[in-house]
Amino acid sequence: MTNHATTPPAATDTPMIVMESVEKWYGGFKALTGINLSVRAGEKIVLCGPSGSGKSTLIRCINHLEAYEKGAIRVDGITLGDDSSTIDAVRREVGMVFQNFNLFPHLTVLQNCTLAPMRTLRQGRKEAEATARRLLDRVKILEQADKYPAQLSGGQQQRVAIARALCMGPKVMLFDEPTSALDPEMVKEVLDTMVALAEEGMTMICVTHEMGFARQVADRVIFMASGEIVEEAPPEVFFSKPSHARTKQFLGEILRGH
Amino acid sequence: MNYTLDFLPVIDGLPSLLAACLGTLGLALGGMILAIIIGVGGVMLRDSGIRQVRWLVIAFVELIRNTPFLVQIYFIYFALPLAGIRLDPTPTAIIALGINGGAYAIEIIRGGVQSIGKGQIEAGLALGLHKTQVFRLIVLKPALRAIYPSLTSQFILLTLTTSVASAIAAYELTSVAQRIESDSFRSFEVYGAVTLFYLVMSWLLMRIFGLIQSRYLSYPVK
Repeated sequence: MTNHATTPPAATDTPMIVMESVEKWYGGFKALTGINLSVRAGEKIVLCGPSGSGKSTLIRCINHLEAYEKGAIRVDGITLGDDSSTIDAVRREVGMVFQNFNLFPHLTVLQNCTLAPMRTLRQGRKEAEATARRLLDRVKILEQADKYPAQLSGGQQQRVAIARALCMGPKVMLFDEPTSALDPEMVKEVLDTMVALAEEGMTMICVTHEMGFARQVADRVIFMASGEIVEEAPPEVFFSKPSHARTKQFLGEILRGH
Repeated sequence: MNYTLDFLPVIDGLPSLLAACLGTLGLALGGMILAIIIGVGGVMLRDSGIRQVRWLVIAFVELIRNTPFLVQIYFIYFALPLAGIRLDPTPTAIIALGINGGAYAIEIIRGGVQSIGKGQIEAGLALGLHKTQVFRLIVLKPALRAIYPSLTSQFILLTLTTSVASAIAAYELTSVAQRIESDSFRSFEVYGAVTLFYLVMSWLLMRIFGLIQSRYLSYPVK
């Protein structure tokens, strides 16, 4: 009776990312203090908090760009260990977009997108290029496919970076302040791309101070300070009735500029 | 000053001098290829994260950079046979040039690698590439581009250093010139001509390095 078909749980109930009591130190400085976080498949999380609060560190632990000292992280059922096999497996599921784009300057836009799929997923050039072109089209930048990163604007580069990450077919996308390095007039094109991605059901964790984006797409807004999750709530509650003094202070500071 | 110039020995010896130029270029090319292999490999080993390997690379670089090339080439030529390794002068010269140039190349290329932002490496790792793939596919080309002028001037120096290989009678321009000079006693004419030949070879190499740069290492940067 073990082979009977079981109904898979509804997609939104499956935890895609689980962090259990994750702690991280930089020398004597505790960067993350017992982080517990569960992100359902398809959920969109916005992480905010003052600089040095550990929000970037948190998402960088998820794909093991940062090692952590204590606790456990599971991504799509894979428990992240220190061995390269689980790290590889997790990185295959998790795409990341960086503040400074980090496109490879010696490769064209198309080559930026096909490099990893050809090397790590063993895709043929044709297949990888077809995928890349489809995703470059999706971020509305296909016409720049043969240009080099330095020939693009910041906003264009960041959209390419999003397409590059998507080419690996990730189940989760991590955004580390994706609009912080952009000129104001380019923020919108990147946010629009992220909104479109969110609407297609991608599981997303975004470190950002773009509160308009948080209101529009976030299922939960998480506020961090001093390496701890201080408060988490749906955006309508988070912005109108923050419960912690530090959250209120932070929102006061960040919303004053808007 | 009753010295009369007599270029006849040089003109008579021209075919062997020109052939010796090819010998010099052969030594230089072999040395450069070996140097770049040692240079890139040495940087990878140095950054491998294994402490003993790292110290070994550092020790190698320090040993080579702080001892004379003439001693190095003598050592390889005369000391290795004692260990049962017997090589002809030309392969010995190539190995010595490669080892010497490689030690300098390690230092130069390392500088280039350090100039590459951490973000580049993280982006590669986040895409699931391994450390060695990140180095080879993402870091290496921009790093070489950054230090290309230093590396090529080191390689010109390596080319000129081939003349030291005359000390073990490897087949190259200086040793052939020495023979013609000792037969004719026309030192000024012979070494004047040889100077010109070295100059032309250096210039030629610079042109080739320039072509390689525009073909393989150029891409737009901000």
